[in-house]
Amino acid sequence: MAVKNFVVGLFDDEAVLFPAVKKVRTAGYKLHDVYTPFPVHGLDHAMGLRETSLHTAGFIYGITGTTTALTFMSWVFNVDWPLNIGGKPHFPLPAFIPITFELTVLFAAVGMVMTFCYLCQLMPGVKKHIFHPRQTDDKFVMVIELTEKSNAEEIKRFLNEAGAHDVNEQRAEAGWWYGRYDKNDEDVYASPANA
Amino acid sequence: MKDQFVVPARLKKTSFVLMGVGLLTLLIGLIAFQGENATRFWAGLLQNSSFFLLITLASTFFIAATTLAHGGWQIAFRRVPEAISMAVPALAAILFIIVMIIVFGGKEHIYHWINAHHVAEDKILTWKSAFLNKGFYTTATILTLGLWIFFTLKLRNMSIEEDGWDLKPETGRKLIWRNTVWCGAFLVVFTLSVGSTTPWIWLMSIDAHWFSTMYSWYTFASSWVSGLSLIALFVVYLKKHGYLTYVNEEHLHDLGKFIFAFSIFWTYLWFSQYMLIWYANMPEETEYFQPRVWGEWRPIFFLNLLINFITPLLFLMKRDTKRNYTSVAFIAVVVIAGHWLDFWQMVGPGTYKHLVFPWYELGLGAGFVGLIIFLVANALTKAPLVPKNHPYLKESIVHHT
Repeated sequence: MAVKNFVVGLFDDEAVLFPAVKKVRTAGYKLHDVYTPFPVHGLDHAMGLRETSLHTAGFIYGITGTTTALTFMSWVFNVDWPLNIGGKPHFPLPAFIPITFELTVLFAAVGMVMTFCYLCQLMPGVKKHIFHPRQTDDKFVMVIELTEKSNAEEIKRFLNEAGAHDVNEQRAEAGWWYGRYDKNDEDVYASPANA
Repeated sequence: MKDQFVVPARLKKTSFVLMGVGLLTLLIGLIAFQGENATRFWAGLLQNSSFFLLITLASTFFIAATTLAHGGWQIAFRRVPEAISMAVPALAAILFIIVMIIVFGGKEHIYHWINAHHVAEDKILTWKSAFLNKGFYTTATILTLGLWIFFTLKLRNMSIEEDGWDLKPETGRKLIWRNTVWCGAFLVVFTLSVGSTTPWIWLMSIDAHWFSTMYSWYTFASSWVSGLSLIALFVVYLKKHGYLTYVNEEHLHDLGKFIFAFSIFWTYLWFSQYMLIWYANMPEETEYFQPRVWGEWRPIFFLNLLINFITPLLFLMKRDTKRNYTSVAFIAVVVIAGHWLDFWQMVGPGTYKHLVFPWYELGLGAGFVGLIIFLVANALTKAPLVPKNHPYLKESIVHHT
């Protein structure tokens, strides 16, 4: 990740935010993210985010769980340590099904939670730049990334016209890093690699 | 907005042709299956009438369950399950006539517990005779059928009556309250019948020595998922013909999720019943699975799993297939056919024993399908397709999954 320049605007109401998001996209500015106090229906479509592939990942994790359970149990009871249990065959498929099911669910659930955390850049011990202290409290915060083609003053004017207040410019790390919120991370910005 | 259903001539013709096929099969069966073979004649009738009665009754259950859960999403098409449930009285009458002929006409090859001589010699059946006797069978059947018809008609009549009310907060509250009370009462009846005794006496008593407490839940799961498919089919049909303006992919998506989830629920019960018996391996329990898993019916047993579990699981897993009218209609037909097959393998091995091509059973099934189309199409014309005074209607219109 890298340190980038952003223009940040605050909105009080989702009714103002929605048209603003649409205007940003038609104007061609690069939308970094929009932070809201609650899930806003349809905002992902308005922002032009694509459908998530999380469920495909979940399917793959599930299939992995199924295969792991079946192969491991077959190996244990047929190759590694064959036991006669109640005269049942060495490959008692019905007895394997509950465990196979459990492992499928476990792999899918744990895998999806972890993938979800990764995609949302959430993990214990990681830190992200907070553009405004009230960004998930009661304010809607729209963050536009500055590129070579865009002009900070122009975007500020644009945001003010779209109904934002407290419009400001910030230089911040765009991604996530290890760190704590009770300590300053000035070194992140100061280190030569991020300069 | 098209709010009043008019039966298209083509649908009417289809229903009459199907009913004709059913009646013709019945006549051929009457001639073809005589003497010893008469068992198949009655078994086919029992299988089809109980299956189609239970899947139409699932619509009443759908209304009751969603009402009690304070669901709002289904209101836009609530008149569809209501209309399907209007087939319950006729199908219940058919089933009643059939089982009464079986029980009092001495069809011992269907229910061997009806032979008093047989029961006296048989210890197990003697023990069970407090429950498995003609008196209890008849009383329970009359009681359950009567209560089902009563509650089905009650829910439908309340819904139509509410169309004439003034739309006010008080009437809205009254509407929700009385619907909740009646639906709650129906669910008690439903649980004690379909969830408990009814499948035992109608279907499980074919194998009178055998028992499984999961049997009723298993039958319920079968009929419920097919009932949901039936609702989905009618919703898709009406939507394709320009009705149900407020229904869109969001509602279809939820119906698809229901079909998906309850296919898995059915498999859960299918497997639980099998695994416990397989594990314990006691002869009095495994005898049920002997002809099904290790006998002639083996292909049907596994075909059942393939159609009713693997197919809906893989097909409905994707979001897009649940939101597409054609694909939901396709899977609904597959699921209904699959659970018809399930009922077939529940009845067949215990009565006429041998696996045969089910031309007779399929023919009767076609007749019942025709009858359901005819009755439901008629019921749909009786009321506007949108319950305009329901307080949750708006919630259904703006529904978003």
